[in-house]
Amino acid sequence: MTEAILEVEGLHKTFKGAVAVADVSFSLRPGAALAVVGESGSGKTTVARMIVGLERPTAGRITACGHDRSHPPRSVRERRRRGGEIQIVFQDPYSSLDPRQSPATAVDEILRLHTRLDAAGRRRRVAELADLVGLDERQMNVLPSELSGGQRQRVAIARALAAEPQILILDESVAALDVSIQAQVLNVLAGVRERTGVAYLFISHDLAVVRQVADEIVVMRGGSIVERGPTAQVLDNPRHPYTRLLRTSVPGPGWRPARRATRKETQ
Amino acid sequence: MTATSVVRARAGARAGRGGLGPLGVTAATVIAVAVVLAAIGPELASADPNASDFAHAYGPPTPGHPLGYDSQGRDLLARLLTGARTSLLGPLWVVALGMTAGTAIAVVAAWRGGWLDSMVSSVLEVMFSFPGVLLAMLVAAVFGPGLTSAVFALAVAYIPYIARLVRSAAVAERHKPYIQALEVQGLGAFTICLRHLVPNLLPLLAAQATLFFGYAMVDLAIVSFFGLGVQPPDADWGVMVASGQSGVLQGYPAESLLAGGCIVLLVVAFNVLGERLSDGRRVHRPWRLFRRGGTA
Repeated sequence: MTEAILEVEGLHKTFKGAVAVADVSFSLRPGAALAVVGESGSGKTTVARMIVGLERPTAGRITACGHDRSHPPRSVRERRRRGGEIQIVFQDPYSSLDPRQSPATAVDEILRLHTRLDAAGRRRRVAELADLVGLDERQMNVLPSELSGGQRQRVAIARALAAEPQILILDESVAALDVSIQAQVLNVLAGVRERTGVAYLFISHDLAVVRQVADEIVVMRGGSIVERGPTAQVLDNPRHPYTRLLRTSVPGPGWRPARRATRKETQ
Repeated sequence: MTATSVVRARAGARAGRGGLGPLGVTAATVIAVAVVLAAIGPELASADPNASDFAHAYGPPTPGHPLGYDSQGRDLLARLLTGARTSLLGPLWVVALGMTAGTAIAVVAAWRGGWLDSMVSSVLEVMFSFPGVLLAMLVAAVFGPGLTSAVFALAVAYIPYIARLVRSAAVAERHKPYIQALEVQGLGAFTICLRHLVPNLLPLLAAQATLFFGYAMVDLAIVSFFGLGVQPPDADWGVMVASGQSGVLQGYPAESLLAGGCIVLLVVAFNVLGERLSDGRRVHRPWRLFRRGGTA
């Protein structure tokens, strides 16, 4: 058992009296993939935002790569170091990129921030990252408005990886894409993990997606964790009634929406 | 995606951006001509704008003096052309100062949010209650009349209008994922604002600057008309409208009419162009139309 690369202990967050996250603890091992699942409003995105530092926890502790990050960074150096530890890819591919910046420029800007590479070195690294996420040279040099949602999300992944993070948080990163593109991006993510050894924290409501990418799973409801365990075990043998409910809400063969079923009876 | 469709998409984007319409193009032309005349006009005029010759007072147009003379026998064309320079440079400074200060205040408030944002908003509310022209006159009365004090006072008076508008756009931009991704990367707030947030507000800023240029022109003309802006004998359209008043009563309205006409023409042109620019802003970011129903 290797030491955890991300450790979350007793995390709490209240927004003006409303409890969003209550006593959430979990840990992530290097190179592992942990999924946090739950319905909208279950607090999973708030957890992600607290981990990257976009929200401040009301209580609790977050440790990543051996450094505490429960408080805002005190120096420019610490801020940059945190950037090199954890990165995030957001849900909406359409607003995740600066509309005035080509993907190549966007990635280059991050390389300037985190590395000491010269212009030629950065160009090489941009090409490497483009290759890693499956974007060609033309796509890297047009404005985001000329790219599709799936392509933009690949750019967002490449930009996040430019910081060479140990942990990548994917906050519903494939939820806005249609199914075939979703599969492509998931393949990209699987390939990236194989080649770089980055650990994934996967925030999702989509159990089919989670089954594909995650080794372990944490189920959240109303701000707290209700169940946790290896993915296959939790999804195939859910113990908590809420997990069972989530499980049965997924459309599959033989699935019949309740409303349609009642209509049939009245006929 | 083929090469042709890319080319077509680019051409479409360009058409959307350049789509000022015939009225907008006319307005832009009027402004361009005025700017060129203001730049080279004083050299074009054959006569000295401040040389008076009472023998020609209210004199009709003569060869070499196509617009005739004012009450003191000064060449009207020469005064109109020299006046163009002050009448355009004054609003330019008002807009430049007001936009810079207003945008800076708005972006800081939008970025920090919280108590700073609410404090800035309350201060702006108080500033709204001072009419710009009145403030300009007060400042001129205290610090002495002149273009400089009028320009500063008007710039300050415009700050709340500019800041309120920019703030709401900046707040929306600040919470977009691309800005937050840069924050997570560890880029400093100042760099993010300078390199990403403000450049993305530029279409809005350009449109608003154009509109405010028109307002500033009228306001400065008013201040000059009351004798607290540009000081005679320097030529300025606002001053000329004022000094032509006595001529109007005596049946020689040329000076007031010509200067007033120039003001009206340019203000209308700036307003039309400003409106067209802010319309164009909506067109050249078409993905905004899709977002509401699309991916939420």
